[in-house]
Amino acid sequence: MSELSAFNAPTTEKKPEFWRWQEECWVDESKDWRSAKIITCGIDVGSVSSQCVVCVDGQLYAYNSMRTGNNSPDSARNAFKGVSVKTGLALNDLHFVVGTGYGRVNVPFSHKAITEIACHARGANYMGGNSVRTILDMGGQDCKAIHCDEKGKVTNFLMNDKCAAGTGRGMEVISDLMQIPIAELGARSFDVDQEPGAVSSVCVVFAKSEALGMLKAGYTKNKVVAAYCQAMAERVVSLLERIGVEESFFITGGIAKNAGVVKRIERKLGIQAMETRIDSQVAGALGAALFGYTLVQKQGPAKPLAAAA
Amino acid sequence: MIANYGYKDGSGDFYISIDTDKCINCPVGRACIAACPKDMFEAMVDDYDDEVVCIKAQFRKSVKYDCAECKPSAGYTNLPCTSACTPGAIKHSW
Repeated sequence: MSELSAFNAPTTEKKPEFWRWQEECWVDESKDWRSAKIITCGIDVGSVSSQCVVCVDGQLYAYNSMRTGNNSPDSARNAFKGVSVKTGLALNDLHFVVGTGYGRVNVPFSHKAITEIACHARGANYMGGNSVRTILDMGGQDCKAIHCDEKGKVTNFLMNDKCAAGTGRGMEVISDLMQIPIAELGARSFDVDQEPGAVSSVCVVFAKSEALGMLKAGYTKNKVVAAYCQAMAERVVSLLERIGVEESFFITGGIAKNAGVVKRIERKLGIQAMETRIDSQVAGALGAALFGYTLVQKQGPAKPLAAAA
Repeated sequence: MIANYGYKDGSGDFYISIDTDKCINCPVGRACIAACPKDMFEAMVDDYDDEVVCIKAQFRKSVKYDCAECKPSAGYTNLPCTSACTPGAIKHSW
């Protein structure tokens, strides 16, 4: 019996998750929400990550960025909880909550839902200043090219959500396949003796097979990652070229943290992307919180919806 | 705002562009909605609280196929949606 149970014993060894990116919670300690006149919150429930941003008097105060769970309402609650624990803010303290992203209509305590296209434009306008005109949002499962005016109002947009190529999920797949932590992919993609050609498949499923073929053909892991970063850059550049790229170019979303893709996009466009000190992944939620601020200024504070959460 | 609905895939670009600035004060009463034989258009309030026309979500990933029967290969010389939209707000990329 004991021999049998030893044979059937489940393995406890946990498979490393190379795709798992760093969740982050940040608070601006120089500000105090208790002395603010208007406190607004933006909740961006994306297909891969969820963010909560709190703005006090139209200025970024705190954010929490984490992985989306198995349902949107819980993801929204957890995103807010992260900020709440660190700051002591309760839902009743918020004057307006705006939901955005893929799960925006399922944020239980939001007063309004606004598309992520408008929110990313508004967020990028705050992060990069009012000279930002072209925004590339490289999200978890879609990619958007956006043009905006000096106020961050969208003037033209294009979205690719039909295919995972050129999205964060595609990068996660390659990270897991190569067994390289996702945060290291960018740097590793430059550690090659010669820049390889791009992975030719536009589909992530086929690109994965092609990457395996490259490994078998003797490519190093770094070279395969470089080929994939190049393919991703080519993919999004073709999207950008459709709406036209202006000099003040800003990248939002998780992929903005991957230098391997960003530098290759810059090289192809011949334009440097603008830099920011704020986490590029929170741009959508930040834009949502800023929309909330404008709405409170116009309409006054909304009724608290604490009971919903 | 130019709103592009559709996608790009290995076979090409398939976008229906709607210039919402021309669409807001539609002089022909949103004739595009009735003109589309597939009923792909609908009116909505956008993020800036303007009432405009958009492509229904269920058609956005299949415009190439849904619009095929209105293209020249199916005998049409003009697209019903673009013909109905006299301000010229609607354009097809293919």
